[in-house]
Amino acid sequence: MDIVSQLQRQFIDYSASLHHEGFVDDQFTQLQKLQDENSPDFVVEVASLFFEDCEKLINNMARALEQQQGVDFKQVDASVHQLKGSSSSIGAVRVKNVCISFRSFCEAQNREGCLRCLQQVTHEYSLLKNKLQTLFRLEQQLLAAGGSIK
Amino acid sequence: MARNGAVTWRRRTEKIDGFDLSPSDSEEVHVLAVDDSHVDRKVIERLLRISSCKVTAVDSGRRALQFLGLDEEENSNGFDGLKVDLIITDYCMPGMTGYELLKKIKESSAFREIPVVIMSSENVLARIDRCLEEGAEDFIVKPVKLSDVKRIKDYMTREFRVGEGERGGGIHKRKLRDSCDLSSSPPSTLSSSPASPASSPSSQSPSPSPSILSASAPCSPSSLDSPTRRLKMTSSE
Repeated sequence: MDIVSQLQRQFIDYSASLHHEGFVDDQFTQLQKLQDENSPDFVVEVASLFFEDCEKLINNMARALEQQQGVDFKQVDASVHQLKGSSSSIGAVRVKNVCISFRSFCEAQNREGCLRCLQQVTHEYSLLKNKLQTLFRLEQQLLAAGGSIK
Repeated sequence: MARNGAVTWRRRTEKIDGFDLSPSDSEEVHVLAVDDSHVDRKVIERLLRISSCKVTAVDSGRRALQFLGLDEEENSNGFDGLKVDLIITDYCMPGMTGYELLKKIKESSAFREIPVVIMSSENVLARIDRCLEEGAEDFIVKPVKLSDVKRIKDYMTREFRVGEGERGGGIHKRKLRDSCDLSSSPPSTLSSSPASPASSPSSQSPSPSPSILSASAPCSPSSLDSPTRRLKMTSSE
C-alpha cells in the first residue's frame, strides 16, 4: 500500500472509531461535508470555537457552583444550556448527553449532582479534544502526502 | 482590494447599479443570521454560503436591529442600502429573544415583509405556535442541517416569484406552504427532511422534562412540549 492509501485508511478508520465510540454523531459528518476548497479549515475552525466555548462555559459553571452563599442554579443551567447547544451543533454526542443530565440536576437544585456532571463534562470535553486533535493531525498528514479526505 | 484606481471605480459603479436593481437580479439572496452562539453562527454562515446566499451574521437581536436600521438608540446610516431577503434567528438569546426580535420586525412597516425563520434547540409546541402566530415563516429545530437551509431557500425564492398575495397571517402561510409541492420533505419542525442521510429524531434533544425554572427563564422548556406534526397544527386553525 502506498503512503497516501495508508494515511487515507488511517484517517477513515479513526474517523469511524470516533463515531462507533459515540464521540461524534452524524452532525459532525454533516460539518465535514461542508468543508471544501473554499473553506478548507472549516471543521478545525468550528472545533476551535467549540473548545473555546467549552472552556468558558465550564469555568462559568464551576464558579457558580462554588458559591458558598447559595448556588444560582439558573445561572448554571444557562451555561449548561449553551454548552448543550454548541455540542449538538458540532455533533459532540457525549458532551451533549452529559449536559442533558446536568440540566436535570440544575432543575432539581442538586449541587452534588451538578458537581459530578461538571466533572464528567470536563472529562468528556478533554477526551473529545484529544480525539479531534488526533483526527486533524491525521488529516494534515494525509493532505501533506498529497491525498484528500473526500 | 483593487490595485488600480480604474478597476475600483468600475467595481464601485457596478455596485451602485446593483443597489438600484432589484435583489433577485443578482440571484443571490442576502440573509441576516442572528445567534449568540459563536459555534452556531459559524455553522449557519457556512450552510448559507454553501447554498449561495450572502450572509451577515450578528450575535444579538439588538445588533440585528442596528443592522436593519431599526434600533432606536443608534440609527445606523451605513447599512440600509443592503437589502435583507431573509432573517434567520435563534430563539434563545440573552437580552432580546428571537421571538422579541421577530415581533419588532413584524411591527416595522419597512421590514415586516422580510421572511423570518426561527431556530431552536427545543422542540416546544407552544413556542413554535407562538412564533408562527407572530408571523414567522418557518421553525427549524437545531442542529441546523444543509437540508433545512436548502428548504428555506427554495421557499424564499418561490415566494418572490409567486408574489405576496397569500400573505395573511402566519397560519395561512403554513397552509399555502403545505399544499405546495415541496418535494417529499415534511415540514421542518420535528426533524430534518428525509433527504439528509441520517437525520433521525434521536439526534434531536429528547422532550425536556417540566422545569421549575421556567417561570423566570424564558428559554427553559415549558411543560407543553409534546412534539406534533406541523401538518396537524395547521389544520387545527
